[in-house]
Amino acid sequence: MSAVAPSAAELPPPVLAAPSAARRPALRRFMRHRLAMFGLVAIIVLVVACALGPYLSPYGPLTIDLRHRFQPPFEGRHWLGSDQLGRDLLVRLLLAGRISLTVGFAAMGLSTAVGVVIGLVAGFYGGWVGTALMRFVDAVLSFPAIFLLLTLAALVSPGVLTITLIVALTAWMEVARVVEGQVRSLRERDFAIAAEAIGVSDAHLMLRELLPNIMAPIVVAATLNVARAILLESYASYLGYGIQPPTPSWGNMLNNAQEYLTSAPWLAIFPGAVITLAVTGFNFLGDGLRDALDPRLDVHR
Amino acid sequence: MTRYVLHRLGQSLVLLVLVSMIGFGLLHLTPGGPLSQFALTPGMSAATLARLSHQMGLDRPLPIQYAEWAGHLLRGDWGRSYRDQQPVLAIIVSHLWATLELMVSSTLLAIIFGTWVGVLGAIRRYSLADYLATIGAMVGLSIPTFWFGLVMIYLFSVWLGWLPSGDMYTNGDASLLDYARHLVLPCLVLTLVTIATWSRYMRASMLDVISQDYIRTARAKGLRPRAVLIHHALRNALLPMITVAGLQLPTLLGGALVTETVFTWPGMGRLFLDSISYRDYPVVMGLLMFSALLVLLGNLVADLLYVVADPRIRLA
Repeated sequence: MSAVAPSAAELPPPVLAAPSAARRPALRRFMRHRLAMFGLVAIIVLVVACALGPYLSPYGPLTIDLRHRFQPPFEGRHWLGSDQLGRDLLVRLLLAGRISLTVGFAAMGLSTAVGVVIGLVAGFYGGWVGTALMRFVDAVLSFPAIFLLLTLAALVSPGVLTITLIVALTAWMEVARVVEGQVRSLRERDFAIAAEAIGVSDAHLMLRELLPNIMAPIVVAATLNVARAILLESYASYLGYGIQPPTPSWGNMLNNAQEYLTSAPWLAIFPGAVITLAVTGFNFLGDGLRDALDPRLDVHR
Repeated sequence: MTRYVLHRLGQSLVLLVLVSMIGFGLLHLTPGGPLSQFALTPGMSAATLARLSHQMGLDRPLPIQYAEWAGHLLRGDWGRSYRDQQPVLAIIVSHLWATLELMVSSTLLAIIFGTWVGVLGAIRRYSLADYLATIGAMVGLSIPTFWFGLVMIYLFSVWLGWLPSGDMYTNGDASLLDYARHLVLPCLVLTLVTIATWSRYMRASMLDVISQDYIRTARAKGLRPRAVLIHHALRNALLPMITVAGLQLPTLLGGALVTETVFTWPGMGRLFLDSISYRDYPVVMGLLMFSALLVLLGNLVADLLYVVADPRIRLA
């Protein structure tokens, strides 16, 4: 935004890497990044558990069992306890995971696509089109993301699809900024000028020449966007404007957990812990990918 | 300098106009609208609804509604709440202080401890402490704020019984101590939002400075390591952090909204949620504008402070 002060994108990113990381091939550097591996394992475990877990449990997500309400975890028939209606918490967590992870991945795909298109166009054409687009990005970024999210979510009828759209609408700006910056510098490079000189179309130049060269930062931003999308969905659902009960999502499971905090704290502890695990997983993974794919960003030299 | 200030002011103004258009467009193009609130009132007829819509000016074309709203805003009139006809600006200001108290106290905490953690991480790079701080910052960025709030309430209010679980005051108790006890938990929770980012950038900035020639020179001429660290390195490493502080503002405001909800703290975040669920458009719009104004102003001040604080920067 400013001519003098470095923006967040220009400051060295806070990353963690082995000292000699820059001299290793990408894959080995990635494998050595234990936190990234932890993230990847956590994500795989969560995805597999959410996909298969509910089939293995004797309880349905909506099976109400009023005789066994508020069963504490780790004792009795419900592994993670049961809620105010006697529903099994573990099964609900896994099913909620399906929704929350789906929203996370779908919103990531959508926001990345929007961000890439806007960033490509703005960076490629520059001029007043580029300025106008990037000012628009700046303007949307001046709203705190949650304000924007809630404004949209409160006014549109809530559902998995609308929440995905809304989360994506509040998360595309960073991708656009990254892509715009990269494209603007890449299109001055020899290979881009050469391609332009032999007369390829703008679309070819953008999609076939420039885009492949900026895949690394896009993949990193997309991974971090999954984390962000899961978090945003949980905020909206927690505040009652996201996924609506009885469909469980990690956020809305916490919706009325606060009133049972004294009597049944596990209802609040477990869903939040799973959100934290998932989001941490994607953040670690994104960070590791950044180290692996883009050694130039390595601040540790 | 004057030209630079004017240039940045102009930029911010353009952004503010864009922000107002986006906000207004979002609010008024979404289905539902403020009338859906009245539509639920028993005995409401279609004719009355149409008359209400006309009275509130909602039946006119959007650009005209926007122009009128913006015109009033320019004259200092932020409109009136649909709910109780109070002036919007007065409502916002009455909720502003509670939010500011939360934001300022948590920012101070985050800066003090974040700087300490960041500096420690930079001078003992790859030590166990640095490693733990890195992991801690990443986890801190990943924890949902509202859940962290719930856990804190469980630990300190339910389990230990040390601190109140919400609100700003105990009824009938106006002492400072009572207020402080209410502030502790929300402040801690909001600190989590910023301290992770702050400590990471602080560490990166410190690492950058430590590798500079003037630090080597200072060390080579035999200054005590501590003096080099504080007087030479830290002072310079803190400079870019001014910008980081400015850029953190949207996150901080958003975090305040969530924190206020968990702790029933009577600030702008609570006001925002209440107004949204009541479809009180003038207040929602006012809050969107107000928060954008705070953010843009924060960035502007940060950029200007940066120029003032760092005499090496010459403005063209």
